[in-house]
Amino acid sequence: MAAIEAHGLEREFKGGLKAVAGIDLAVEPGEVYGFLGPNGAGKTTTVRMLVTLLRPTGGSARVAGFDVAREPAAVRRRIGVALQEAALDNLMTGRELVELQATLHGFAPAKVAGRAAELIERVGLSEAQERRVGTYSGGMRRRLDLAMALIHEPEVLFLDEPTTGLDPTSRFTLWDEVRRLKGEGTTVFLTTQYLEEADQLADRVAIISAGKLVAEDTPAALKADIGHPHLNLTLAHGDYADAARTVVTEFGPLRDPDGEAHVAVELSQGATGIAGVVRALDEAGLVVEALELVEPTLDDVFLAKTGKHLEGADAPVEEAV
Amino acid sequence: MRRATLALARRSLRNTLRRPQFLAPLVAFPTLFLAVNTGGLSRTTDLPGFPQVHGFFDFQLAAAITQSLLLGGVASGIAVALDIEGGFFDRLVAAPVPRLALVAGRVLATGVLALGQVAWFLALGLIFGAHIEGGVPGALVVFAIGAVAGTGFGAIGVALALRARSASTVQGIFPLVFVILFLSSAFFPRELLSQPAKAVADYNPLSYIAEGLRDPIVSTVSAGPVLYGLLAAAALTVAMAWLAVLALRGRLAND
Repeated sequence: MAAIEAHGLEREFKGGLKAVAGIDLAVEPGEVYGFLGPNGAGKTTTVRMLVTLLRPTGGSARVAGFDVAREPAAVRRRIGVALQEAALDNLMTGRELVELQATLHGFAPAKVAGRAAELIERVGLSEAQERRVGTYSGGMRRRLDLAMALIHEPEVLFLDEPTTGLDPTSRFTLWDEVRRLKGEGTTVFLTTQYLEEADQLADRVAIISAGKLVAEDTPAALKADIGHPHLNLTLAHGDYADAARTVVTEFGPLRDPDGEAHVAVELSQGATGIAGVVRALDEAGLVVEALELVEPTLDDVFLAKTGKHLEGADAPVEEAV
Repeated sequence: MRRATLALARRSLRNTLRRPQFLAPLVAFPTLFLAVNTGGLSRTTDLPGFPQVHGFFDFQLAAAITQSLLLGGVASGIAVALDIEGGFFDRLVAAPVPRLALVAGRVLATGVLALGQVAWFLALGLIFGAHIEGGVPGALVVFAIGAVAGTGFGAIGVALALRARSASTVQGIFPLVFVILFLSSAFFPRELLSQPAKAVADYNPLSYIAEGLRDPIVSTVSAGPVLYGLLAAAALTVAMAWLAVLALRGRLAND
């Protein structure tokens, strides 16, 4: 039985806007499933339907074996939810919030404090637990949000853009926690607009655009599906470029070079073709100053499937803060 | 259900106490109004037909309590609307909590807060020379009517917040509180109101609540006004709690 499955899932809002236009997916137990797409693609609407906050207007979905529309209470008992923007109560302390969550999840009064302390320690907030949440940094809020979502050891955890707006250190800390949860067998449904995050964490990635899934597979398979790596060549003299292009065409089609490269060629044989390219250029007397092998990225996949780049796809993780 | 309701009520109360900017107006504004009214209109008691009271201050205490309880309802609504705006309400909805507890917790907290508001005004009354003619039993009656009415006003606030989903909209009903209160016998005896104000006051449940609160302060506890006051407060609470539950259902169904 899949941990999450959806068939023709739709959500149409008043005015006819169809935010989610028929999604089919199946997430296996223990899998980290990346849900990748730009702002407005339908990621959050899909998550809100799967966590019973929004009623589907078409299709069906089951989470942890229960129908989200007909058995929402059973779904809620089995899921953990960390929504976008870490919606927390700024007037409460971290400890009070986690204890409230434990009480709402039916923990016996005698066990509430112990379980809360355990989770607070796990996310590294023991020292800040008596401070009001309003004084927490973005990273601390996300960790507290995660602690609350994990209070009842959910079968399925939904993380809606958990690292948006975080600094790199906080982001990597959360990534480690997601890896740890995967190791413990928790199914994680992770929405993100960061390619690297999906690449690093997800067993499988689904790409959503305009409310529809346009691709779904492992990151490696998605990248392999859209083409081969390409080689960027910087020649000792720019004048060599035309001659070099003639030489390298036998290894694959030419591409527009990136950065300061003079020539770029897609390697039809994959990375093993590098040696042949270098040898052919050497035999032609063309001196190569630098070369760079560029693997396809999920943004290339996104571009191939939707005809546009993912927002912020070029931003390295250090800059996306 | 019980534990979730109590936990949410505790959270609501704690947050109200931690938000001085919300808490202070609940008592400060009616206290100021009480001082101004009493100082400027104290000779009102000389009007022919005005009930026998120890002083206008004693008479106005019930009006101040009613006003304060109404403001407590508005504050409760604003707090729910802020939860909705900030996404915390979604967190509660996503938890395996009986839906009724989401409303009951907040409404219960408003009722408990009402006990504190009543205590403030009774203490103020005693300090500044009011006579609680009904004695301790009378004070207990005031607490009882105050708590039930406060719960009802809390339910109005919650129902409005669930419909409006915006704190500024709920805040916008603040002037309406005064209009409804002035169209009751809270500030002036019903017998001395001219038409059509008297006719409106006759049907305004706030009149009966204010009179029920006033009776044990200005005279020994009499069954009629107290019973009507309790009944009006209870009816208001049931009706408004029902409206709040309907508003919650509507919100969850539309989402």
